[in-house]
Amino acid sequence: MNCPFPREVRERRRTLEETDEHHQSGHARGAARARQGNLHAKVAFPKAAKEELKNDQMRANIRHATHTIRGKRANVVGEVPDWQQLRDAGSAIKERVMANLPELLEAFEQNVIARGGVVHWARDADEANRIVTELVQATGTSDVIKVKSMATQEIGLDAHLEEHGITATETDLAELIVQLGHDKPSHILVPAIHKNREEIREIFRREMPETTDELTSEPRVLAEAARQHLREKFLTTRVAISGANFGIADTGTLSVVESEGNGRMCLTLPDTLITVMGIEKLLPSYEDLEVFFQLLPRSSTGERMNPYTSLWTGVTPGDGPQNFHVVLLDNGRSAVLSDPDGRSALHCIRCSACLNVCPVYEHAGGHAYGSTYPGPIGAILSPQLTSITSEENASLPYASSLCGACYQVCPVKINIPDILVHLRDEDIRTQHGERTQDDAAPAPVSHDPAVNAADNWRAEKALTGDADSERTDPGTRIRGAAVRDAASDVAASVRSAGRKISKSAPAKKVPTQMDAMMKGASFVMSSGKRMSLAEKGLPLGRVVAGRDHAIGWLPGMVGGWTQQRDIPEPPKQSFRNWWKKHEGETEQRLREDGVVASSAVEDARTSPRPNRISPPSAPTTRTERSDERGRQNRNPGPHPRSPGR
Amino acid sequence: MRIALFATCIVDAMYPKVALATVRVLERLGHQVVFPQGQGCCSQMHVNSGYFDDAMPVIRNHVKAFTEVEYDVAVAPSGSCVASLGHQQPMVARKCGDDLLAEQAADVAANTYELSELLIDVLGVTDAAEQLGSWFPETVTYHPSCHGMRLLDLGDRQKDLVKSVGGIDYRELPDAEECCGFGGTFSFKNPDVSGAMAEAKLRNVEATGASLCTGGDASCLMHLGGAASKRKATVRTVHFVEILASTKENPLVVEGPVELSIPARGARAASNAGGNR
Repeated sequence: MNCPFPREVRERRRTLEETDEHHQSGHARGAARARQGNLHAKVAFPKAAKEELKNDQMRANIRHATHTIRGKRANVVGEVPDWQQLRDAGSAIKERVMANLPELLEAFEQNVIARGGVVHWARDADEANRIVTELVQATGTSDVIKVKSMATQEIGLDAHLEEHGITATETDLAELIVQLGHDKPSHILVPAIHKNREEIREIFRREMPETTDELTSEPRVLAEAARQHLREKFLTTRVAISGANFGIADTGTLSVVESEGNGRMCLTLPDTLITVMGIEKLLPSYEDLEVFFQLLPRSSTGERMNPYTSLWTGVTPGDGPQNFHVVLLDNGRSAVLSDPDGRSALHCIRCSACLNVCPVYEHAGGHAYGSTYPGPIGAILSPQLTSITSEENASLPYASSLCGACYQVCPVKINIPDILVHLRDEDIRTQHGERTQDDAAPAPVSHDPAVNAADNWRAEKALTGDADSERTDPGTRIRGAAVRDAASDVAASVRSAGRKISKSAPAKKVPTQMDAMMKGASFVMSSGKRMSLAEKGLPLGRVVAGRDHAIGWLPGMVGGWTQQRDIPEPPKQSFRNWWKKHEGETEQRLREDGVVASSAVEDARTSPRPNRISPPSAPTTRTERSDERGRQNRNPGPHPRSPGR
Repeated sequence: MRIALFATCIVDAMYPKVALATVRVLERLGHQVVFPQGQGCCSQMHVNSGYFDDAMPVIRNHVKAFTEVEYDVAVAPSGSCVASLGHQQPMVARKCGDDLLAEQAADVAANTYELSELLIDVLGVTDAAEQLGSWFPETVTYHPSCHGMRLLDLGDRQKDLVKSVGGIDYRELPDAEECCGFGGTFSFKNPDVSGAMAEAKLRNVEATGASLCTGGDASCLMHLGGAASKRKATVRTVHFVEILASTKENPLVVEGPVELSIPARGARAASNAGGNR
């Protein structure tokens, strides 16, 4: 069976699963990983967030919008009695997709071709941008209309087209606001969530020549202005570019779900349609849509049913676009797949429910994350796509208080807090020089073919030969056989390049303040005796606290604590040390409190190891509580419990 | 029953009064409390900061401390630390290649309860005023800490216990399920966002009109109380078990600088004579 992934990925995946030696794994990759588009933060999260926090208007806008969507979501999710089962089903389907991705991709490709479409494979953002640009240029036009798409935002397609003299018009209302405002999206679903009505009115008034001072900030009026502005574009533009919410492997069908009808216009009116889809967006079969068409609208817009759902398969003569291309984008995805502890980040269906419940996102806003993917999902997806060894995104896994609200709402049950913690461990191991090129999962991300090409599923696919090897690719006009030859050459040079890289693996860095603190804490906290001794120093803290009974300033790294909070005056003595002398004073304690202990005290005293009491006859059990709250019950009963909660 | 107290490192070192309150409540129900002197920390600080290797000795120590002492069940006055035992310790041990430790940690965790779980599910406490003599005539609101709520699925257990205290004036907290912004080392790695989250929480607390915010995790309460103090706000934080332990004869005193130490005998009686300080 052909596999578009390199042999190493499969072997690596198997090794990980069989030996369970995750600690020796990792997904560190080489230094060269430019050309991934808009996935890299330019400023570390804490610094970026500090700036964003000063923008009170943005924070008020986001707070208002996220709380509104959050409430709508909670209402419509609460109506579905089998919501938890739906989540389980969604998660299971996605797991199956990830386990069989090479085979599903091949099936998808064959089915798209059989229905008259053309399939292109793009290792990274650069390659995808080049393919799309050449396809547009081949049509002889310099104008395209776009359906809102995260994949094309990820690769920075609009900017690339502009550099090549092609004007791309965003047709989603919020995306249009961002484009006209020369701004960046800050939310997956509502890219202009950081703007309010007044600000949007100003942008329209400035950027749309056809508007007059009569334009008000009423939503209906603003939407109408956008409609008028776009209508002309829909009717005259011959090329459209879209993303895809789902691709169906066994039929070659693609689907876009949207709320405004702009997508339907783009997908039906032009002569040429180019769809850029991340390789993880596949579903095995048409029936699987049933699950996702329930999960997605309720989670994302808080709607029971999606307003405009478009499905198309290849080309239909005389109806809709007569030229159809799909660009399958890797851009780091196959590397994410090779990490069993992190790969479920690829399950994401871009609903943005996690953003809408995240308190960190609510205060810092989407721009602080620096990548196309903000919020909790961005904090695990961006650093994995670019590799955690990339310093620019290394701050993202720490951009969370691990409150778990994101996991609770995720329609495909991505355990975001667990992956965040896993990535923090990977980051520390990277800092300590434990993650080298030898550990590396293949990185199909470099613009330099001499570095990474052989690690790429696309090169591997070419190397192993393929049923469609003679198919001509109108975008690149390279014959499959030629690709094979080129890839073989590249592969040989890369194997030696790879060895060179592994020798110059990152050296162990000088221990940081954090390293020293963690080492020291580990030493003290792993022994009751050492804890007891360390706690003898507590009265020192009382001296520091002084008459305010609070510590308001600490030096160095922990200064971050006292910047925002005081530390209370420490106690005179730790509990551990107090207990040594006072353990036996039960009677005295009861007397002071003025209460009489229940008779069980006598049993406890007389029997050295009394029988464990059974749960009381009518306790409020975990099960009952969970059901009351409509939440999934994780534990069958209160006692005894399963350990893995 | 013989109940092993896992005080948690922060309560042991910074809030011994919370551990003592836990002891008092359990003793009133007629149970014997033991304190395994070998105990240290649950390892959460190391794990959540990404230091899995440095967490291993801490995990090993916890498992040893709670295996070498005889008891029926263990209890901790913290949802987060209890969640960490069952959720993180086995995961980290496995990733670091010690499957045996992972199993042992899971066993210890399975027999360790968060305090409200133990009181309600195992010991059958439904009415604190009646069964514990709890009395606390103050206006109080309650913040449910994230890990207890989402990882242990505690639901309203802590809140129900607080509401059943004699004389209490309970106020519902708006947006209660929003994180307070503590998040362990998040609090000083991302101090600005963490501080903004604390401010949002404090605004909600103040909107209730309550002078006290209670909860089940000393760490979150230290963060919130410290943020209030920094901003010269009047809101104070107390652990819910302190409220449960408060009785008419020996009431919890929260006015003035909050004393974290265990009060010396006699001092308490003296302060009671003069009413609330």
